[in-house]
Amino acid sequence: MRTRDVVGTAGLIGVAALFAAALTRMPAAGTASHVYRDLVLPWGFREATPNLVSSINFDLRALDTLGEETIVAAAVVGTLALLQPPENEPKPDSHGYVLPAVKLAGFLLLPVSVLLGIDIVLHGHLTPGGGFQGGVVLATGWHLLYLSGSYRALARLRPIDWCEYAEAAATGLYVVTGLMGLAVGGSFLSNVLPLGQFGSLLSSGTVLVLSVLIGIEVAAGFVVLLSRFFVHGLAEQ
Amino acid sequence: MTAAVLLVALALVAVAGFAVVATHDPKRQAITLTVFSLCLTVLFVVFQAPDVALSELAVGAAIVPLLVLLTLRKTGKR
Amino acid sequence: MTGVVSAACYGVAAWLLLLGCAGIMRSRHLVHTVVSLSVAQSGTYVLLLAIGYQDQAAAPIVSQGQSQPVVDPMVQAMTLTDIVVSATITALLLALTLQISRRHGTVDPDELRALRG
Repeated sequence: MRTRDVVGTAGLIGVAALFAAALTRMPAAGTASHVYRDLVLPWGFREATPNLVSSINFDLRALDTLGEETIVAAAVVGTLALLQPPENEPKPDSHGYVLPAVKLAGFLLLPVSVLLGIDIVLHGHLTPGGGFQGGVVLATGWHLLYLSGSYRALARLRPIDWCEYAEAAATGLYVVTGLMGLAVGGSFLSNVLPLGQFGSLLSSGTVLVLSVLIGIEVAAGFVVLLSRFFVHGLAEQ
Repeated sequence: MTAAVLLVALALVAVAGFAVVATHDPKRQAITLTVFSLCLTVLFVVFQAPDVALSELAVGAAIVPLLVLLTLRKTGKR
Repeated sequence: MTGVVSAACYGVAAWLLLLGCAGIMRSRHLVHTVVSLSVAQSGTYVLLLAIGYQDQAAAPIVSQGQSQPVVDPMVQAMTLTDIVVSATITALLLALTLQISRRHGTVDPDELRALRG
């Protein structure tokens, strides 16, 4: 065997032994004592947010989410810098063939997927969902145009400039919302908008606003990312 | 009952993970990666984490395999 | 029974992490390396969610007058942003792979080291 295999296997066995030593000393999974859950549960009721995960992401630990969305934006910028457009544009596929069943499925499911994505983003504080999940579903649903149609249809119906602007704008508006919280509430990203009634659509203050901003940013970021990969992957050599 | 469902989901994830790493051809790995993401989504639902399951489904079953296949199309022409 | 389930959860998390590292070690194609890294990351998600899990508890979506306990939402918040961020990092790594294949003509990690000399 190569030296790399021997050293690597020895390292993996060592890590496995460390895992076994650590995981046997941890509390068992499935117990009833969770300190963070007991701290977050009254906070969710106080801030009128049924979805506790969204409450944590956009209210309790909103600064964390600012860091995460900056990572998304930075990774998109890095990928765009690495993948400059190639010399030749992708030619429209002349010999590609799409099954009629796939075409019908895409035709029926594209509006459903886009609506579902928007719904997941807007109801992020009420039901399972939020900005991140809804943004990814939106971006993926839009690419059903490519899967069940052709690349030319996708390139024509995909406003790539608006997506770039929207991604940058949403990233910046997150900080603006935080500064508004600083100006009105006294701390960065504090929840200063009216909280509303528990369970209604317009409730839980800035959680809804931040969720929508993150949804726009993630969806636009993924569309831009995928567009550059398409241009490189489908270009004729 | 929940324990049985949880154990089955964990077993599926372990087997699917092994299948992903053991597939040497990256074109086939895109398919096994999709199956692995689906098994992971089921596991996350059994763990009572619907937000995480939504995230994993959209990302792992649609975006990452698409990126992998587009990259392979470009590197395969070399 | 809960001891078996707990050991199985932690065991699968450690298994996925070690499997991903073994895949990176034995990989012959850079895209295979990136996908194995993705498997290793999934191991950490399983570990995080197993820590927050509680038997007979519900998902962390509460309603007024909630009587059933809920699982820990803090680890779920960490995991779900982690999944989306790791997708963009995977895209960045694949873009690096594209550039490597364009400049060196190969995506085999072993051959890449040989080209340096």
